[in-house]
Parts: sequence; structure tokens; C-alpha cells
Amino acid sequence: MHFPVGGKLFFGRRRTLKAVDGVDFAVERGKTFALVGESGCGKTTAGRAIVRLYKPTAGEILFEGADIAKLEGDQLLPYRRRMQMIFQDPYASLNPRMTVGSIVTEPMCVQGLCSSDRERIERARELIERVGLKDDHLSRYPHEFSGGQRQRIGIARALSTNPDFIVCDEPISALDVSIQAQVVNMLEELQQSLGLTYLFVSHDLSMVRHISHEVAVMYLGQIVEIAPTDELFKHMQHPYTVALLSAVPIPDPDRQGAHIVLEGDVPTPIDPPPGCPFLSRCRVSMPVCKGRRPELIDLGGGHRVACHRIAK
Amino acid sequence: MPLLEVENLFAEFHIGVGTVQAVRGVSFTLDEGESLGIVGESGSGKSVTMLATTGLLPDYAEVAADKVLFDGRDVLKMTGKELRRLHGGEIGMVFQDPMTSLNPLYTIGNQLTEPLRLHKNLSRPEARARAKELLRLTNIPAPNSRLKQYPHEFSGGMRQRVMIAMAIACNPKLVIADEPTTALDVTIQAQILELLADLKRKLNTSVIMITHDLGVIASMCARILVMYGGIVCEQGTAHEIFHDPRHPYTWGLLNSIPRHLEGERRKLEPIPGTPPDMLQPPPGCPFAPRCRHRMPVCDRFEAPETVLSDTHRVSCHLMHANAPKGVRP
Repeated sequence: MHFPVGGKLFFGRRRTLKAVDGVDFAVERGKTFALVGESGCGKTTAGRAIVRLYKPTAGEILFEGADIAKLEGDQLLPYRRRMQMIFQDPYASLNPRMTVGSIVTEPMCVQGLCSSDRERIERARELIERVGLKDDHLSRYPHEFSGGQRQRIGIARALSTNPDFIVCDEPISALDVSIQAQVVNMLEELQQSLGLTYLFVSHDLSMVRHISHEVAVMYLGQIVEIAPTDELFKHMQHPYTVALLSAVPIPDPDRQGAHIVLEGDVPTPIDPPPGCPFLSRCRVSMPVCKGRRPELIDLGGGHRVACHRIAK
Repeated sequence: MPLLEVENLFAEFHIGVGTVQAVRGVSFTLDEGESLGIVGESGSGKSVTMLATTGLLPDYAEVAADKVLFDGRDVLKMTGKELRRLHGGEIGMVFQDPMTSLNPLYTIGNQLTEPLRLHKNLSRPEARARAKELLRLTNIPAPNSRLKQYPHEFSGGMRQRVMIAMAIACNPKLVIADEPTTALDVTIQAQILELLADLKRKLNTSVIMITHDLGVIASMCARILVMYGGIVCEQGTAHEIFHDPRHPYTWGLLNSIPRHLEGERRKLEPIPGTPPDMLQPPPGCPFAPRCRHRMPVCDRFEAPETVLSDTHRVSCHLMHANAPKGVRP
């Protein structure tokens, strides 16, 4: 499954908010690809654009070779069956006025996949049990469940149409630590048994390292580094990736090292200046970084970095 | 004399459908200049413990304890006036979401100078000068223009710095930070944590850090309380908690986070089940329903506290002489 996604721009007043600015990557079937970065880097927008919740301003989204970027309305319907999404906020992503049973079967009904009520109920049972909840939960409403349980309901809903591909947008960040582990384990188990492909959007680097096979680090709408997971965490090159990982506190009092602390805030993606997006916070910048945006260069082994310093 | 002494603290909320027993017998001490971390998940009672200790709970909360002494004085017996002097004057608090803790209708300058004029009786120009110094101390550039701005004109990280500036304004003996970085990006979190550590060093304040993030706790706190279902399951130095934990909940927490040691890729071992309902907490040990080592006694009786060392204590029936040995997963 390949997704080269081009630029995506939002227009506000007469300025341009470049949420996703020339992003290119491919997701291998049956694997987990992670998009990491902080607020405003464009990872959520990219995830939503890929499942066509937004229409990209430019570029292609090749789902098994077919470009869905320019399709409209009904043309997207067959693809929607195969691509689903799990949302970040388990409190906002479930319709409070629908029962759990209706919520988890809604996608398949929209797709015209259930021919009878009995079939629908049967499928709802199957889905709810798959995610570790019980039959009698089907007639209840979202507010009766905890955050972790609601997230499981969201996952059950995403499985409803038997998709091949699921975008997981920060699926665990709103959950308690011990519940996060439950959900992550379930996602992994589902990937094994159903052959699912995930795009995992997150800012939680530890969890990303645990669950993903390949990672792309985003900053201000651009990918600054991309590599297979182990390779990235062992041999990261981009100054932002290094700072990002260094900033994550280690859960071990005996392993506290010096952190690289970046100064300043993340700049705004509105009318960004030309040149490297990371320039304003980079400590190793060079004159060329101001004028020209660095391209992703191949370091071998699937590892690519966008940095003028590395290019030398 | 310890700065803070809490013994057998209870806090309950009487709401329509019943009583939420948020804190059920919590004891700990804090010395001057010490950093203490309180870790726990939703419903553990960690935030309510600190609110009760500082007299910040609303009227419909019922607070009782054998002792709650701040700097030798009984907090639970303080009058409204005394409490107001305590808050901001001797104890500063930094809350999780700076946007809801800062008043959107007042300038930052106004909000920063308020505690200074109230607690320290500074004149307006004196308070302004001190406010600028505080912004400088918390690394907020261009203090003059910033003082005239409103909270919405600041980024999340900046707002948290302002909260910290307000918390330390009167040189308090204690700063309590409740999930101060949960809402922030990780590189901004690193800035804020570094700032807190720096200020603690410079001003020799005690810090209590409440968080569910084990990484933050490990990097900031010398001692740790692990809370679950309204009680302290285990307390010890950071080293003891991370490297010699004795409570099944602590084991569970440590096993459910990804930890990447050289060449190792462990499967996450989540704790099955969900946190307890504090409207009807189970009798006995609150963790029993989720505990792999549950014994019949656990369902019936709360575990007594076992003192393992000067610093290390645990409340678990596994500590009993007759309990199975060597059960750590």
C-alpha cells in the first residue's frame, strides 16, 4: 500500500496555513507506520487527509495503486470500506445518543453490508467481543463507559467493515497508563490476526518505538527524518529528532542524562518562511538553511533525512 | 521539623447518589527543600490529597486527619483568612491546564502582581518590578510587553511559565505542581521541567509533583508516593520504587510502560481491569480485584503498612510472614 501525499494547504484570510507541506511516504501492508511530531506539525491533518476526511490541496494518495486524492463523494465509498480511523478523544468520538450496538455497526450499514437485523446484531456481538467487552454492553450508551472502554468501542467500530487499513490518531493519549498498555496490546494482536495495516499518529515516542515498524518525524508540515523504527532510534540524524528524543524523560532515576532543551516555541505554520522549517530552533544551522528547504536524502537502509548539514 | 506532616488523611465528597471516598487514610511527610512525587491513575486520590492538605477543597467535602501540619501549623483548623495567607504566600500551586487557571479577562501583569500586593504588601511599582523579575526568572522574554498581554496571547508553554511565576512570586516554601506538563508538547515539557528543577535549586523550595508520567517522576523527584484507590500503596526513594518495588500495583505500572533497554523489546504487560469506583470502593485492598497475587484476606481487610526501611514502606498482605514468597513477576 503506497501513499505519496503531496502538499495540503489551508487558506485563512489572505495568508496560507501550510498544515502538510509536501509529505511523501509509503506504508507497507501488515505493518505499522508512525507519524510523530508535536502540536502543529501536521501529523493529524496528514492522517485525516489520507482517509479523505479532508481533500488534499495537491498530491496523490495511492491506495493499492489507485489515486483517491481527487475522488469525490460516492466515488470514495468503496475505499471507505477499506480505510477506517480511530480517534484520539474517546469522549468526543462516540455519538452520545446512539447505543454501542448502533455505533459499532453504523459503518457497515452505511456501506450496505448488513442484509438483516439479525445479521447486524450478530456482527455487533462479534465486534464487541473482539475488543474484550460484553454482549450486554451493546444496549448501553457511551457515557456509561470509561475512557479505555470507549476507546475499545471506537476500535470495534473501526473493524466493522473489515478494513485493511486503519489510521490511529493518538488512540491512547487520553488514557491512563495501565489502560494504554491494554489498548496497545489489543491493537498489536488485531494486526497479527487480521493482517491490518496501521498509520499510527502520535507524540508518544516510547509507545511509537514499541509498536511501529517505520517512523516519520514531522515538523511544521514536513517530514524531517524517516527510517525503520530501530534504525531511527539508534541512529537518528536530524537535530530535531535528536532533541525530541532527548526531551522524553526516562522512567528510571538512575538513567537521567543531560537533555537537549530546545529554546522557544514551535513556529506557526501560517506563511512559513522559506528554508528549513527547523531553522528557528536549530543550534547547528548554516547559512544555506535560511534560503533553501533541505530535501530528503537517502542514507541507505530506508533511512532518509532532510538536513543541509547531513547532506554535506 | 518536617515542612509538611500528614497523618491518616481522609477526604470524602457527599454528592447526591452517595459519598465518594476519594482519600482513605494517607500519611506522608515532606522536608524543606525536598522533592516528592505522587504517582497514580484516575481516581487514585492524588490530586484530592494535595487539595485536602492545603485546605483547598470545597465545602461539601469532608476532610479529617490525625494530623495535617504545614510548618508546624494545623491546616484543618485554619480560618479563611489564614488559609488565604497560606495560598500564594507560603504555598504556590501550578495546575495542569494553564488556560483554565489563568483569568482570561485580566492581563498577565495584573495576575502576577496580585499575590505580591496581597501577601507581601508591595506597592504597585514594587510589584511590577518584581513581576518583571519573575518573568525573567522563568525565561519569558520581553517582560515589559508581556505584562500588558492577556493569557490568550501566550502559547501553552508560556502560560505554564506564567503559572510557575505566579506560584513562586512570594517565595513560597512549597510548590505543588499537579500534572504541570501533561498538556504540553514533549520539548516544551522538557523546558518546563528544567525550569522547575532550576528554581527549586535556586530558591530551595520543596516541590510536590503530581503526575501519572513515570518518566517525569523519575527525572524530578527524590521520593515517590504510589497511590491507588485512595490509599498509598507504596512509598520510597525514586531508586527504591523503580528498582526495588514491592507492591503489585507498582510492578504493574512499571510493566505496562515501554522501557527500552539495550537490545530488549518487551511485551507490555498491562494491568487487567479498570480503576475502582470510589463511590463504592471494595472492602479490603482497593487493588485486589486487579491483582495477580490476590489472596482471600485481600478482599476482606486493608493491608497494614510494613516499614521496610527509613524511606521505604508498602501496604500489602504479601508482606505478611505467612504469605507466598518471591512472587514478583
